[in-house]
Amino acid sequence: MRLVKLTAVFLLLTSIAYTQNNNSKTILEVDGVCGMCKKRIEKASLKTKGVKSAVWNLETHQLQLIYNARKVDIETIKSNITAVGHDTKTLKASVEAYEKLDNCCRYRDLKVVKDHKL
Amino acid sequence: MKYLFVILFIIPSLLIAQNRVMGKVIETVADGSALPLMGANVIWEGSTVGTFSDENGDFILPYDAAYKTIIISYVGFISKKIKVKDPAVFLKITLINSDVLEDVIVEARKKTTSVSYIASQNISTISSEELLKAACCNLSESFETNPSIDVNFSDAISATKQIKMLGLTSPYILITTENIPSVRGAAQAYGLSFVPGSWVESIQVTKGAGSVVNGFESITGQINAELVKPLTDPKLFVNLYGSLNGRLEMNTHINTRLSPHWNTGLYIHGNSRNETFDKNKDSFLDMPLAKQINLMNKWQYTNLQKGLIGFLNFRFLEDQKQTGQVDYNPSVHKFGSDIWGSEVDTKRFDFSGKFGYVNPEIPYQSLGIQLAYSLHEQQAYFGNRIYDINHKSVYSNLVYNSIISDSRHKIKTGLSLTHDSYREEVDVDTYNRNENSIGGFFEYSYDNLDNFNLTAGLRLDHHNLLGNFLTPRLHLRYAPWGKSALRFSIGRGKRAANIFAENQRLFASNRAINIQNNNGLVYGLDPEIAWNYGLSLLQGFNLFERKADILIDFYRTDFKNQVVVDYETPTEINFYNLRGDSYANSLQLEFNYNPFNNLNFKTAFKHYDVKTRYNSGELQKPLTPRQRFFANLSYELITAKNPGSWKFDATYNCMGSQRFPSTAQNPQAFQLAVNSPSFSTLNAQITKVFSNQFEVYFGGENITNYSQKNPILGAENPFGSNFDSTFVYGPIFGSMYYAGLRFKLN
Repeated sequence: MRLVKLTAVFLLLTSIAYTQNNNSKTILEVDGVCGMCKKRIEKASLKTKGVKSAVWNLETHQLQLIYNARKVDIETIKSNITAVGHDTKTLKASVEAYEKLDNCCRYRDLKVVKDHKL
Repeated sequence: MKYLFVILFIIPSLLIAQNRVMGKVIETVADGSALPLMGANVIWEGSTVGTFSDENGDFILPYDAAYKTIIISYVGFISKKIKVKDPAVFLKITLINSDVLEDVIVEARKKTTSVSYIASQNISTISSEELLKAACCNLSESFETNPSIDVNFSDAISATKQIKMLGLTSPYILITTENIPSVRGAAQAYGLSFVPGSWVESIQVTKGAGSVVNGFESITGQINAELVKPLTDPKLFVNLYGSLNGRLEMNTHINTRLSPHWNTGLYIHGNSRNETFDKNKDSFLDMPLAKQINLMNKWQYTNLQKGLIGFLNFRFLEDQKQTGQVDYNPSVHKFGSDIWGSEVDTKRFDFSGKFGYVNPEIPYQSLGIQLAYSLHEQQAYFGNRIYDINHKSVYSNLVYNSIISDSRHKIKTGLSLTHDSYREEVDVDTYNRNENSIGGFFEYSYDNLDNFNLTAGLRLDHHNLLGNFLTPRLHLRYAPWGKSALRFSIGRGKRAANIFAENQRLFASNRAINIQNNNGLVYGLDPEIAWNYGLSLLQGFNLFERKADILIDFYRTDFKNQVVVDYETPTEINFYNLRGDSYANSLQLEFNYNPFNNLNFKTAFKHYDVKTRYNSGELQKPLTPRQRFFANLSYELITAKNPGSWKFDATYNCMGSQRFPSTAQNPQAFQLAVNSPSFSTLNAQITKVFSNQFEVYFGGENITNYSQKNPILGAENPFGSNFDSTFVYGPIFGSMYYAGLRFKLN
């Protein structure tokens, strides 16, 4: 019985801890061309403290974000994405950051974009 | 003036409205506001007339009275159909993100069996296409083209196929259908043959310790069979099969959509064999006479807007087998002493329900409930020995999924509640047992989104016979370089052995049953406890510019306690708690190659070292090949003009020699060699696909026509003390040919 109580308390605690509703949702347009870009964009977003979920769609270039608006703002997320070399609609990546991308990820290069569409 | 302006403005728009439909495509976001969706595809159903929504989500579509329904689709969103009754009405269309319930899986080149590079566990998935490569009449036959699972016959009487993983028999594998434990308890011996092959959509084989979510019983791994779903299965499916060994099978699936949210399916399976064969002239049937009726009714509820899904399954099965000597007639010879025969009748009812809720706003939060009930009744006799079992089982599991801080840290937690009651009649004795357990689990997984992930789980269970105990499981994956996955796993499993149900083949012998312990809670025996450790490396590379991969894995199962099943005394079978060591080491090397388009080559070598301390000393596990070599070649011939194709598939297996249980104490005439010879088999199948609707297949099993000589010891005198049908190492029936057809209507 003690076991049951312990488990119940434990479950209750975990559910309380994670059901706080601080979930803002937004969609950003982020440029990229391949699965590697997807990984990089999502990773940069998630590494931003306060971002809970980030899913980038290769075809639509949309990044769906769920984040805690009290901990982070969109501009911070955007600047972290541009820091790893990916352009957003409003904020662009620096040439230095862009140059660090692998050759196959150079989304500004029309030839690369074309190659990925084949 | 103002009114005039409005009227002037409205009139033309009304005029336009008669040959145009206007609308807006939006997506609702968390705070309830609507975001316009740009670039959504808007098209009239059954036509090529379509357009895209602009940056405000707006669209204008030409209208004609012939058009009735608009389809709105967008990558990453669930497509919507809208009936247009009045073209003047402005349409407001909200699309729902499809990530909400399903992950989008992108595959470069589809392989029919694939080992995941990303999951922390060593999982290989057998797809429905792979399952079509062999006749796969039932689940036990679905692993012929998968080297991770070994399939062999369990005895010479029932010809039931038994599967092994990592050198250990199926009771140590957690076998689930749709993640609900199914082949266990009373169903252990024949349960795999109770799942018709055409019901199986795909199979996931997890080697090594499984997830804590599915319970504490799994030791060597988990096999999950995902069954067909009313929503995705064809409206009508018919499969007919006939083989030259007299087996006939029929499968029919009927699926209907009842409402936008409800789908239902009725699945009917029947099989029979009523021809007698005794190719080896030992007076015993090579294959039992059999009949099976198997019905399943599935209800599927999907409401993606609300994030709700649900399944209700009802199953009823009746299976009858008659075997023994060719001249055996139950009504005349039953329980006599002239002619030996056996009948096994099984009735089983299953209900299972699954309900899931995914928060549509927060897709990483979900709650699922699984409920299952089964009633299994078996009445059987083998000669003059009786074995009846009645098993009722209740299973429930509640799982909550969420994240900690962000989606790199995921958690699963929940509760399970199970009840099993067994009533067994063994010869003149009755054995009863009830098992109840309640447990809580917590599983944490971390993914750095790059080259490392881990899953760590712990569960705490309270069980009336097994006590209070912890079950830890850990899985790690690391990719040291490109196209690789290095995995490590460790886990503990605990279970109560069902000594009679799992070793049912013993009844087809005249061995005396002895349980040598009497202090334990499970028929005098203690629970089985084992640790499983595994290490594997998957490496993909290009060979002559074509894709190839190599998989090396090593697993060790170490028993802390085991119920030793000791066949080493020819006139007895002894069950006792392990004293000393018992372990199973398994090494597997696998190589897959795609030398040119549509040709796939798969080969594997396995080595086992399975040893147990018996009363008579430490010995290799009997009837377990120490080596196995496997090769599979599949080719698909596609012609440009024809929509149909030819598919060819061949599988070669070579089994190393196996140790026979000791027969040294038998009279000279009933002694066997120490080891069995090694042997090889070849299976092949050709499928002709005529169209998406219709295909036929024919094939052969054991084409090299290998059969074991004298599979039944003492067959001349089945009522004598040396009669024993448990020494089976290979096929009894030689080569077997079959043909079948599949028809489906979408």
